[in-house]
Amino acid sequence: MSDIQYLPGKEPDSREYRLIFKNIDRAGWDPSMECYLRDGGYEQLKKAITMEPSAITNEVKASGLRGRGGAGFPTGVKWGFIPPNNTKPVYLICNCDESEPGTFKDRYIVHQDPHQLIEGMVISAFAVGAKTAYIYMREEFPEAALIIEKAIEEAREKNFLGKNILGSGFDLEIYVHRGAGAYICGEETGLIESLEGKRPYPRIKPPYFPAALGLYMAPTIVNNVESLCHVKHIIQMGSEEYAKLGTPRNTGTRILCVSGDVKKPGYYEVEVGKITMGELLNDVCGGPLEGRTFKACIPGGSSAKILRCDETYQIGKGDDAKELGFFDIPMDFDTMAACGSMAGSGGVIVMDNSRKISWVLNNLNHFYAHESCGQCTPCREGSMWMRKISDRIVEGKATPDDIQTLEDVAYQIDGRTVCAFGEASSWPVEAIIAKFRDELTAETSEDNDYLSEEAQRQLKYISQ
Amino acid sequence: MSNSDTTQLPKDLAAEKGMVNVQIDGHWIQVPRGTRMIEACKIAEKEIPHYCYHSKLSSPGNCRMCLVQMGMPPRPAPGAEPEYNEDGYQEIGWMPRPVISCANTVAENMGIRTSGELVEKCREGVMEFLLINHPLDCPICDQAGECSLQEFSVGYGKGQSRFKEDKIKKPKNVKIGPRIRLDDERCIMCSRCIRFMDEVADEPVLGFSERGTHTTVGIFPGKELTNNYGLNTVDLCPVGALTSNDFRFQMRTWFLKETNSIDTNCGTGSNITIWTRGNKIFRITPRQNDDVNSCWMPDSHRLNYICPTDEDRLTACLIKADNVHEETCWENALEAAADALKQFDASEIAIIASGKQTNEELFMMRTLAAELGCENLSIVARQQESDDMLISSDGNANSTGASLIFQNADPSNQLSNIIEGVRSGSIKAIIAASENLLDAAGFSNDDLEALELLVSIHSQANATAQASDIVFPGAGPAEKRGSMVNITGRLQKLNAACIPPGDARSDWEIIRDLILAISGEVAEEAPQNIDTLSKILAASISEFEGKSLAAISDLGDSVTETGHSIPLLKREAERKANGEIVG
Repeated sequence: MSDIQYLPGKEPDSREYRLIFKNIDRAGWDPSMECYLRDGGYEQLKKAITMEPSAITNEVKASGLRGRGGAGFPTGVKWGFIPPNNTKPVYLICNCDESEPGTFKDRYIVHQDPHQLIEGMVISAFAVGAKTAYIYMREEFPEAALIIEKAIEEAREKNFLGKNILGSGFDLEIYVHRGAGAYICGEETGLIESLEGKRPYPRIKPPYFPAALGLYMAPTIVNNVESLCHVKHIIQMGSEEYAKLGTPRNTGTRILCVSGDVKKPGYYEVEVGKITMGELLNDVCGGPLEGRTFKACIPGGSSAKILRCDETYQIGKGDDAKELGFFDIPMDFDTMAACGSMAGSGGVIVMDNSRKISWVLNNLNHFYAHESCGQCTPCREGSMWMRKISDRIVEGKATPDDIQTLEDVAYQIDGRTVCAFGEASSWPVEAIIAKFRDELTAETSEDNDYLSEEAQRQLKYISQ
Repeated sequence: MSNSDTTQLPKDLAAEKGMVNVQIDGHWIQVPRGTRMIEACKIAEKEIPHYCYHSKLSSPGNCRMCLVQMGMPPRPAPGAEPEYNEDGYQEIGWMPRPVISCANTVAENMGIRTSGELVEKCREGVMEFLLINHPLDCPICDQAGECSLQEFSVGYGKGQSRFKEDKIKKPKNVKIGPRIRLDDERCIMCSRCIRFMDEVADEPVLGFSERGTHTTVGIFPGKELTNNYGLNTVDLCPVGALTSNDFRFQMRTWFLKETNSIDTNCGTGSNITIWTRGNKIFRITPRQNDDVNSCWMPDSHRLNYICPTDEDRLTACLIKADNVHEETCWENALEAAADALKQFDASEIAIIASGKQTNEELFMMRTLAAELGCENLSIVARQQESDDMLISSDGNANSTGASLIFQNADPSNQLSNIIEGVRSGSIKAIIAASENLLDAAGFSNDDLEALELLVSIHSQANATAQASDIVFPGAGPAEKRGSMVNITGRLQKLNAACIPPGDARSDWEIIRDLILAISGEVAEEAPQNIDTLSKILAASISEFEGKSLAAISDLGDSVTETGHSIPLLKREAERKANGEIVG
């Protein structure tokens, strides 16, 4: 890849492995079809379309690709959930509702390399037998929608889309659907409801597993933008070669989006698990800002549990048990889960010692209170309650008991909601309290006798 | 198991019957395969508190109140055989996360815990969440006393609030239709009303707007909830968010007495509960009967009832003298009627009964006709347009009963002859019961004036009563016991929720006494009460054999085939077959 030139100041770090992001910030690169074809574009589609669909699925299974949207579920296994005797149409949906705070990878793919996504989608649709595919584009990506629409048009002109693709007899149409600005539309069943024209209320599972009862109650595969792009490279490299990237069970590359208090925030594509937190933050990202030290890090998008930078983590069991310092944690799915957090969407949010943790907590609570869809009780009521308590902590109007209430509320949401938003909103609170209880308590006072505005009005009325 | 080779395992025994074994709070029961967990718990008599779940509506699983702990046997290692304990069951591996019992179905060897720390904490948590933004205005809320929030607060709540913040403000006292008001602050977003309007009433005018904790139920812009089934949303609402204008602020629910009866506004005979205090009806609500009206009834029927306290009620016998009605006692009125009737030939008398009378009353009408030797006996037909839901094409509640008792496929077929007879002068006297002859019957004012004698029974003042020579005050449908047969051939019971006002009495008593007055027989030989009469009726009409009032079940019994069905039930059966609802 040494022949690829990148724009000045945008050169990848030497520790990166540019697979998906190969063409991002590439000198002389543009999102047009001509440019993509010059670089060997759609060759993998030509190859895939001659394969048996089940063989493609098996390749994806063998590659060990895990979903890059947040949950890290094996993509090939997901495809395999379509009922074998299905007679309904199958749909493929590309989840481009990239709205997890701290995550900004999919937008670059769509903005700069839309044909990579389309190629990945056509191959994936062919594998799962979908004749209709949708790209669910978040409302906040207006330009991306125009770019991808244009790219779809170009692909249709070249017969990479449409009827009888490349003479194979396979038909596929891709439609772009633009959201209206709601975080919950990134949840796959919420997305499906939204696509059906309804409020994006996530569906209960069971019975509504998308692979069986998805869009219009037909089998539906929902994959992240990055995951679909990987499919193209799995076809190109072969699953065996692809699986050599990264570490066992955590194969391939992934894009880490580093934001916050580091010298060089940005996107870095690395082999999964081949780089540690320390290497990422200190070496790739240039370390903390002058005169500051790292305090905490959210490793996988805002819903992931926060990690303290001065903590050590016990992972593994029995003979495999070991102790890891924060900076020694490899950036892979399993270790991150063993450390009590998750690799999630790859959004690494870094906070240094200048940050008050109460403010961090309150900022997250504001986001989730604003984005809760309101369908089920714990999340609807709990997210706003948590926000109101953390508002008071930030304002210095809280008592130590409020911290306890806040923690209780989080655990009252966790695991009891329709969708994973319950965990997304409660995990940050649970983790921040567990790891920074002292700091939070220090901002409270036993002397605070908080009365809400309404209560004050009523008290005045009573005392008169 | 000691003799596992020869004995079948419980799972096999259950499977033969299409059942599965489920352990609920430690006890194994068999329930049909595909049963929802919440329904299985109901079978086991374990209450699962819930708000959004309703067996006749889809299950969104949004209230999270019905969370229970679930367990399944762990999957055996590859190649390993499952192990069974001495009772033939596999050990249950309990899941650490709770599941909703409303939308999940049972499976063989499943375990359900409806109590224990996890479940109790879940319920306590959901209750706390539901109440933090609830106005807690129970003292002035119409739902108080029959509110699921109150009920489950007592049963599963925390008992004290930790919420110090200001509550969310939302619209209050919103007029969403001519009959319903909405208080959004009380709403717990269970979506039952939305689903009812969409799935049952087929007029989806309600929906959510806003999001998160600001989520608000409302009516779509430019729409009104005018649907004739709209008030069912008020019954469905587990809290006081939707209230009926008719009942709003009228009475605390706990003072009301409930009486099971049936609706007499049409041939469907929807099962109802009549809610009374003292001798006043405060409201009527549908009562579940899956063979008649499911859980619903039309607004036009629920609001159309006769109450003893209505101003237009007739409360005394009236005899016309010099064109003015004067009140009199029963003895005088009956004697006067009997004497007057004796002046006519049997062929000069016509008896007009009503398809809104009970079987017992119709039987007495028939007996009266026999006593007089009169062959001119008819009811008044009331054909109307069905709404393709619950309102039947027959406006009479008991046409089927009249057919059986008069032994006439069309019990109204004499009516045109009677009218003709009146006009030709061959019929000179009419006894009319519970029918305004100027209404559906088709008589004109001139016809009534041409009569030499008009004796009638009415519960309310009307033009026929006005034209009558003798008027007996009758009881309203909510004031009498009796039975009726609905359009599908189902024998159902009316129960008296109130006492008839003043001197008013049930039609059967009036006709009995009139017969006695005519025949001069001693009173002891006639039926003394409705139960005796219903036994005579059951013995006289073959379809009613063994079905005296006391023997008719609360949900009624099918006694004859009419070929009619109820459109709403057909659609409900389809949704049940599709697995959309439990049914």
